[in-house]
Amino acid sequence: MPAQPISKQNPTVDSPDIAISVRDLHVRYGTREILHGVNFEVPAGETLVIMGGSGCGKSTLLRTLVGLELPSEGEIWMQGRNFARLSEPERDELRKKIGMSFQSGALFGSMSVGENVALPLREHTPLDESTIDIVVRLKLDQVGLSGFENYMPAQLSGGMKKRAAIARALAMDPEILFFDEPSAGLDPIIAAGLDELILKLKKAFRITIVVVTHELASAFLIADRMILLDKGVVAAKGTPEELRQNTTPRVRQFLDRVPEPEIAAEIDYLQMLTGEDPPQRR
Amino acid sequence: MPFIDSIGEATIGGMAYVGSLARLTGGAARAVFVEPFRGHPLRWARAIHQAMSVGVEAIPIVSLISFFVGLILALQGAYELRQLGALQLVASAVAISMTRELGPLMTAIMVIGRSGSAFAAEIGTMKVNEEIDALETMALEPVRFLVAPKFLAMLLMMPCLTTWADFMGVLGGGLFGVTSAGFTWGTYFHATLNALVLRDIASGLIKSVMFGLVITAVGCTEGFATGLGSEQVGRSTTSAVVKSIFFVIAVDLVFTAIFYFTAPQH
Repeated sequence: MPAQPISKQNPTVDSPDIAISVRDLHVRYGTREILHGVNFEVPAGETLVIMGGSGCGKSTLLRTLVGLELPSEGEIWMQGRNFARLSEPERDELRKKIGMSFQSGALFGSMSVGENVALPLREHTPLDESTIDIVVRLKLDQVGLSGFENYMPAQLSGGMKKRAAIARALAMDPEILFFDEPSAGLDPIIAAGLDELILKLKKAFRITIVVVTHELASAFLIADRMILLDKGVVAAKGTPEELRQNTTPRVRQFLDRVPEPEIAAEIDYLQMLTGEDPPQRR
Repeated sequence: MPFIDSIGEATIGGMAYVGSLARLTGGAARAVFVEPFRGHPLRWARAIHQAMSVGVEAIPIVSLISFFVGLILALQGAYELRQLGALQLVASAVAISMTRELGPLMTAIMVIGRSGSAFAAEIGTMKVNEEIDALETMALEPVRFLVAPKFLAMLLMMPCLTTWADFMGVLGGGLFGVTSAGFTWGTYFHATLNALVLRDIASGLIKSVMFGLVITAVGCTEGFATGLGSEQVGRSTTSAVVKSIFFVIAVDLVFTAIFYFTAPQH
């Protein structure tokens, strides 16, 4: 499919109803291209779930959306600005309006839970310590961790770490919240609790949420829209219902959890891992 | 010519690495000396914590090693000086060798083992746990946040530790002087002070500051370069120690040469 023409006058780009607009996004690591022209939009206040198998580029897409990777081509519009082309100080300004919850939680091990949540407030706002203290308690209460301010991250369970990381991501009252595999490595009950928390946050604060996951049950529960990435391109997008109805073989295979056919030769295995066509078949 | 190519590639790689050290040091210096005046205060509590760990906690081992090195210098010096009947010169030999060279160098080696490796391990672990990414997504500059307190702690603590190491080295030499070379403690210290000029001590302290900068830059650069997986942290730590020792010796050579060629002729 040819790339769509890129226009700065595109009406959807400046529309307040669209929180994120990604256009013809290409991302490269060295000579290897991971994303080959990704396009999608996220309406404000909705939850987008990015799904896909391992190595399909969904984590790279998320890292690019929060500015940890720079695209080689394409545009990422957030808050009416092209995130991909901003200078470092401008990008930092925009980052203060987004929150990110990492797969491992990424809490700072040398700081208590409360200090972790307080960190962005101390660094970016003129709030005094007593106000910061109140905000920290409020944020921890929102994620169900009241009273854990003085715990160190190492003293928390996996699910609690993720909740603490969400509290930190919420500290600056972000307009967009990103989640990387929120339920990875958690038991089903804790994972369901996190899904509920994401739904609660969306309802309470009307935050735009982008979630990367490969947990199907969780994805269909929390999503307003979904995209399915496959080998660095969008294989399908739509509402959860539209995806359920989708008859594309690759989409069906993913949603129906059909395993890959038996790997016949080393070169097929290589192709499965890299998503690239083999140079030649013997 | 593959051989020439590989020399060229290694040279370019080496230059790029030195460039990255300089860039990191520049960024840290900016965060310590410029950014606080632009509304980005330094993390003083963290800097003090680092200074305690880099400096104060290193005092016992630096004292012991420097005392031994001073004593060894005296023994080795006396072996030769005795033949010339100039055993009384042992005090000045120890004093000059310690302050100009071995005080700063031995301190740097100790600090590499204790703190350079710790810097690489700390930042490497943070990298593996996505904490560095988390800092960036929170619009917090990792250099200002992590490297600047270490940079300031090193800048302050290296000259202090080196001065202490010089003193302990002289004390080590003094033990030999008093027990085997006919000095009293009073005459030994008097001979030491007579032998030293300000330039000896100053050149050692200038070196120690440079060593501190090199250790911080290499330790932190190796930490940031940590790949994915916890076994990579071990690799970064080892690499930080080996490269720091190399760069400290190289910087030592450069500064010793500068001090030699700029010294006033007697």
